[in-house]
Formats: sequence, C-alpha cells, structure tokens
Amino acid sequence: MNALLRVESASVRYALRGRGLFAPVRHLDALRDVSISIPEGGRLGVVGESGSGKSTLARVVLGLVRADAGRVLWQECAIDYDDAIAMRSLRREMQVVFQDPFGSLDPRMTAGEAVGEALQALAGPVPSVAAQDRIIAALAEVGLGAAFANRYPHQLSGGQCQRVAIARATVSRPRLLVCDEAVSALDVSVQAQIVNLLHELSERHGMSLLFISHNLAVVRHLCDHVAVLQRGRVAEQGGRQAIFGAPQAQYTRDLLAAVPRIDRQAVE
Amino acid sequence: MTATARQEALLEVRNLDVRFKTAQGEVQAVSGVSLDMQAGECLAIVGESGSGKSQLLMACLGLLAANGTASGSVRFAGRELLGSSERDLNGVRGTGIALLPQDPLSSLTPHLRIGTLLTEGLLDRGLATRDEARQRAMRALEDVDISDPAARLRQYPHELSGGMRQRVALATALMCGPRLLFADEPTTALDVSVQARVIELLRGVRDRGLGVLIITHDLGVVAGLADRVAVMYAGRIVETATTAELFRDPRHPYTAALLAAVPRLDDSAQSRLQGIAGDPPQPADRFSGCAFAPRCDYAVDACSVQRPELRSIAAGGGTVACHRPLAAGAAAEAAT
Amino acid sequence: MAEALAATAPVQGLWTDAWQRLRRSRAAIVAATLLLLVIVLAVVGPWLSAYTVEQVDWSQATLATPPSLANGHWFGTDANGRDLFVRVWIGTRMSLLVALLSTLVSVMIGVAWGATAGYLGGRVDDWMMRFVDVLYALPYMFFVIILTVVFGRSLVLIFLAIGAVGWLTMARIVRGQALALRQREFVEAAIALGLPTSTIIARHIVPNVLGTVIVYATLTVPQVILFESFLSFLGLGVQEPLTSLGRLVAEGALEMESSPWLLLVPSAVLATILLCLNFLGDGLRDALDPRQRT
Repeated sequence: MNALLRVESASVRYALRGRGLFAPVRHLDALRDVSISIPEGGRLGVVGESGSGKSTLARVVLGLVRADAGRVLWQECAIDYDDAIAMRSLRREMQVVFQDPFGSLDPRMTAGEAVGEALQALAGPVPSVAAQDRIIAALAEVGLGAAFANRYPHQLSGGQCQRVAIARATVSRPRLLVCDEAVSALDVSVQAQIVNLLHELSERHGMSLLFISHNLAVVRHLCDHVAVLQRGRVAEQGGRQAIFGAPQAQYTRDLLAAVPRIDRQAVE
Repeated sequence: MTATARQEALLEVRNLDVRFKTAQGEVQAVSGVSLDMQAGECLAIVGESGSGKSQLLMACLGLLAANGTASGSVRFAGRELLGSSERDLNGVRGTGIALLPQDPLSSLTPHLRIGTLLTEGLLDRGLATRDEARQRAMRALEDVDISDPAARLRQYPHELSGGMRQRVALATALMCGPRLLFADEPTTALDVSVQARVIELLRGVRDRGLGVLIITHDLGVVAGLADRVAVMYAGRIVETATTAELFRDPRHPYTAALLAAVPRLDDSAQSRLQGIAGDPPQPADRFSGCAFAPRCDYAVDACSVQRPELRSIAAGGGTVACHRPLAAGAAAEAAT
Repeated sequence: MAEALAATAPVQGLWTDAWQRLRRSRAAIVAATLLLLVIVLAVVGPWLSAYTVEQVDWSQATLATPPSLANGHWFGTDANGRDLFVRVWIGTRMSLLVALLSTLVSVMIGVAWGATAGYLGGRVDDWMMRFVDVLYALPYMFFVIILTVVFGRSLVLIFLAIGAVGWLTMARIVRGQALALRQREFVEAAIALGLPTSTIIARHIVPNVLGTVIVYATLTVPQVILFESFLSFLGLGVQEPLTSLGRLVAEGALEMESSPWLLLVPSAVLATILLCLNFLGDGLRDALDPRQRT
C-alpha cells in the first residue's frame, strides 16, 4: 500500500547557548534518525513522554521546523519546504490542530472569521457567499450550529474551541490532519467527544491522522498504527494489536505498565 | 475503618459555600459541601473543570481570591478555620495542613535553592536550628527517593526534572510535620512513569498516618491511591463511596458516564469512546433542579425542577444525590 | 452525527465588552468627561469671548489685570494686555494638537517597527532594536536644538522632533508583546496556513497589541505635552502669535509675583489634562486586559 506520508531518517538538533560569553555550545538532539510512515486513510499514533521528540516530529512534518538530516516524502515525492508554490498546494492537503484550545485561536477573531481565513488562504479565493456557506458547513460538521460563527474564543468552552480549530483545519478537505496533543487539555468527558469526532471525520473523508499524544489509552482507541518515541528515537513501531498486545521493546512495556489501571472488579 | 470511627474527625466540613463577586454578579463555585476525613486515610475529590474542587481546597486554607467568600464550617482537629484571623490560619498552615500545589515549576521559587525552600518553614517559625533544619531537609529528600540529598540542597528548581521538582514540593510540604496533606492535581503535569512514583510516595504518606485529601480529574490516580471518593459536579457533591464501590458500582449517572468516558488499556479496543454530550458547567451557569439533568441519559421531568439532596444509600455508607440513582450492578450490565 | 449544540450566552463584540468595563470605572468616566469639557472649551472658548488672541486692551488701568467678571476678562490679562481666557484656550488647542499628532506619528512608526522586530526575531530583531537603543542614547535635546537652528522654528519640526523621540519606547513595548505573541499557537496555526509574514503581522499581531498600544498612547500624550512645554520654556517651541500651554506657563512664571493668575490658570488647565489622561489610561488598561474577561 502506498504511504501517504513518509518520514525518512529525520534528525533535528537544537543548539543551546551555554552560560557565559565563552561557554561551548551544547546540543540537544530532539530527533535522531526517526522514520515513520502513514498510509492513505490510516491513523498513526505517536506516543512518548516529555522530551521524546514527538512534538518536534509533528513540526518537522508541517515544515514549522527544518530537519537537519533526513527527508519527508508526500506520496513518495520528497517535499521541498522552501518551494513556495509546491508548499501552497501541499498545505491544502496537510493541516494541524494544536493542544491549547484557547491559545490556538486568535482571541480577536470570531470562529467564523478563523475558519474563513483558513478557507481563503488554502482554497481561495472563494467568493463571499459561497465562502459563508462553506464556513457554516464546516462548523456544522464539527457539531457547532451556525450561531457559533459569531462567537469569540473567550465565549466558548474548551471543547467548542477545539471543534472550531478542527473546523478550521478541515475546511480545505486535507488528506492528512496532524493532531499535536489535541485532546490533552480537555476534560475527560469532552475528550471522548473530540476523539470520536476525529475518528468520524477520518472515516468519512478518508483523511489520515498523525496523532501525537502522551496518553496511550486514547491512542489505542483512535489509531491503527503506533510509533513509540523515546528520547528522540523510535523505540518501537507497528500495528495497534502488536504494540499493545505484544510489545517487543522494554521501554514500551515499561510505559504500558506505568499507566494506572482502573479495574472494575477489584481495586488493590 | 471501624477502629477510627470513634476518633475525632481530622477534618470536618459542613455546608461549605464559596461565592465570588464578579462584574457579572455573584457566582457560586461551591454549594453545600459536607465531608469528613480521618487520619491515615486518603479522600479523593473528583471533578472536571468548573466543578469547584480547587476552590473547595482554597477555602479550607483561607486562600481564596480577594473577591471570594466562604461560609459554612471547616473544622480541623476541632478548630474552626473559616473566619479565623490570618495569624491563626498561619498557625495551621504548614504545621497542621500542608499544601502540595499542582505545578511544581511555579510553586517552587525559581531563584531560591532547594535547601532554602525546604528549611524556610522551620527556620521562620523558630522550630529548629539551622543545622537541625538541614539534617531534616536531607532526611525529607531521602524519604521522597531523591538521591544525593546534600548536593540537591544546593541546586535550583530549574536544574531538576519535573518529577523531581514535584517530589521536592512534597518534601517541602511535609517538613513541618503536618497532620493533613492537601494535594491539588499532583500528577497532572507529570509523565506517566513519574506519576506512578508520586502516587507511591503519597501512599506512603497516608500509611504514615497523615490524612491525604487529593483533588484530581484522573480516575487512574484515584484507583491507585484513594480510600474514599467524593464526586463533584457544578459545585456540589453528587456521590461519595469507597473507591472499590465507586468503580464497581457507580450510583450517580454522572459518575457512571465519567467512568465510561475514560479510555482504558484493558477494555475492548472499540474506536468509539463514550463521551458525555455538552460541556462541563461553569460556576456562572445557573440551573433549576439537578445540574446534570441536561446531559443525563436517565433524566425525567422531576430532575429539572427539584434539585436532589445527598442521601445515604442503604449498603456501605456511600451517598448519592439523584432522583433516580442507578441500581446496584446497573453500570456493570451496561458495560457488557 | 452532528450534535446540535445550542448557542446560549448572548454574543458581545470585543470592543463592546471593553467599553462596558470602562464605564464601570468611575475615575475613568470622570476623567473622560473633564477631558471632553477641556476639548470643547478649547474649540469653542475663543469664540465666547469678545477678545482675540493678539488684541491688546488699552482700556484698563494697567496692562496686566487680574481675572474679573465685570470687564469681560474672565481669566485676566497678561503683561501685554492680551486676554488670558482666549490665549489659554488657543494655547490648549495647540498643545493638544501637537500632542495628538505626535503621538499618532510615534504610534504608527513604533507599532510597525516593534511588531516586525518582535515577530521576526533573531538577528533582524537584534539589529532593529540596537538601532532603537542607539537613538535612545542620543541626547535628543541637543538633536532638537540643532534641527531648529538648521531648519528654523516651524510647527512641522516640532511634530517631527517629538514624534521622533516618542516612537522609541512604543517600539520597545510593542516588540516585547510581539515576541510573546509569536510563541502562541494561533500564530503557529497561521504560519501553517501558509500566510505571508506581512499578513500575519498585520492581521494577527497588531490587533492583539492594540490594547497595550492604546493604553500606552494615553499615557504618552502627557509626556509629549510636557516635552512641548519644555521646548517652549526654552524658547524653542511654538512661536508668536501662536501660543501653547507651555509658553503660557513660561510667561506666567516670569510674572509670578506680580500677576499670579498668569501662572496659575494655564498650569491648572495643563495639570487637569495630564491628570485626566493618566486616569483614563489606567481605566483603559483595566478595561482592555484580556485576562479579566469572564
């Protein structure tokens, strides 16, 4: 099966300024030789703890951070992040939802304006009447009525803000949606709603997901493939059954063991 | 549990109300909360954002914001805390009740060394000499599994990892020998592997005979640590039970729904999770009748008219505030 | 499956929200009203009096007369027999004009400079802000005096001189805000949309710093008025027959012992304007603070 997106041996190294004028520059390897692949319509979960490099990986894929080595391939063609024309059409296909529901929306723009901006930037120019219809449709698809188009982020709950962010990211019908800890800042009852929404959108439109999270249980429900990152390297990668049922790497086993269990029958 | 039943409750809260004056009028964050805590037990208060659980903690310690007022009664070891002067409260804070705040990055003063942070409580109160305080600080660090305590004392908070900072915060809280520990979302900012260690340490604190009151939204933490649980929704307690009972047999529809919404590693990996429609209520929201009624699968007309009172359930000592509490075993049936 | 989530709370624009909060601050409302009164008088005042700004009244016993309702010189006359009421309001017009125009210029330059430097960051930011630091270090008085000598004393020069100094602090403040905003996720989202840098700065950065800019501008206007007054005090500011509050205060100071009203009246007007602007600035800062929104 053809991979929609493939990352080949990506490495990212940050230079940390040492203390003092003459201190040597120390390096932090955020990603080391990381390779992952996302099939068409597939959902890849990338899990790891803090410092594992999972957020850096998301940013490399989106082009927000440049890899020092390695490359990213879209439909088996290497992406040139400096090619403005190519990037313009690529962005239509690949969008992102961030972690902080309130922080990822411009506080001075209404929900409708935020979605409209994305529409014009990615699929534009679109005449305003048609644009209005598409904005309302995008909001409806994430479960928000037309009245929400006029609301500002501070008038919305965390879950509603995240829905707006998802509407903004999917209005151009991208083929890949990158979710960087997209449900981590939400209450449990709302988290479940958003996970279901992402799953539904993915199924309905054949949209692939790159789902970054530290929450193994959520990844297990949403994703069919999983990559486990440890300090910038891929510790293990595989299908959901394999990773959760029969983990090969010790790190994966430790990670799974550390998740607190809720056992209905008896509690220690 | 029966042996301690005759002891005076370490913490007794009766009908606690917390209100805030805002530009939009008065907002009620906590309504009519009553609970008891004994020494050597861990009580978990579970709720989502807007449930009022943090304000409950702040009210007990007299740490509400300037526009907040608390009414009702909070008795610690027989002493009434609400309405006490700052001086009296300072006598209780640290030595009687200690606070473990949520984010160790902001709760440890960045420009002070760990040693200073650990010993300032003792030294300010004149409870120990400098040397004694230092010795106790090193022992406290050892108690929370931090290696090489002498070196750590000289370090600054930013030089430690998140997990270590939280353990230092715990050591600091325990330095003045409190009888009750309030822990506000102690594991939220931590990685999974570190969470497990902190939960273990808190279990140790409880086993040493302190009372531990933990605020959390993470049911996994509750399962690993708490003896009893109180579930809060829209500023009120809607259910209390022992931990085992709560997970086996939730009686309030909200508790059942919350348990169903948590994704597990050990259930069937269905892709659909069970969310609860709508959003958790905020303190400014007003309800007639039960606050959960709009989102409840079992609501009837009476639920929107009459607010249910917290009542005992015959077996086990738990309580629930619901007009139509789930029957015993109902939730387990629904899950299969 | 679209869950129908009904909209519950009434929708309110951001500026309406801020306006309502401002109305609640009594000090800000009083200050704004007084300021409005001063502005109205500055516009209308000279027409209310029978005298003009230059007209010398020879009819009184001495040239300089104290305020009196009887002879129509409500604020008295100055050492040259000119009516002070008219001169004070003409002077106020000039001071306010200079202050507002200079502040406008310094806001425009400062916001553009600071937002760009803060957003771009890195070396560009370093160089842009070093430039600001160098300008800061220049003794601007010296600079203004040289310009005056070279170009003569014109009104335009005063605007430019004051604007040239005022934009520096505005740039620093805006740069700090822009630097913080750059880290917020909604800016990353805009970059991910592929929007050009100029669009991101104009659409996402500038509107989010406007609150701070407005507040700071109201607190800058007093500084500008004082600076202009200082220039006038030195004889470098507005020239005859035009006058400004600064000039009036300077002239009044000379006659302080014999004709105290010549100092007291323009000083009172100046002080009122400065106080009102400060209170208004405080009120605006609280009203526009995004963290206080519930």
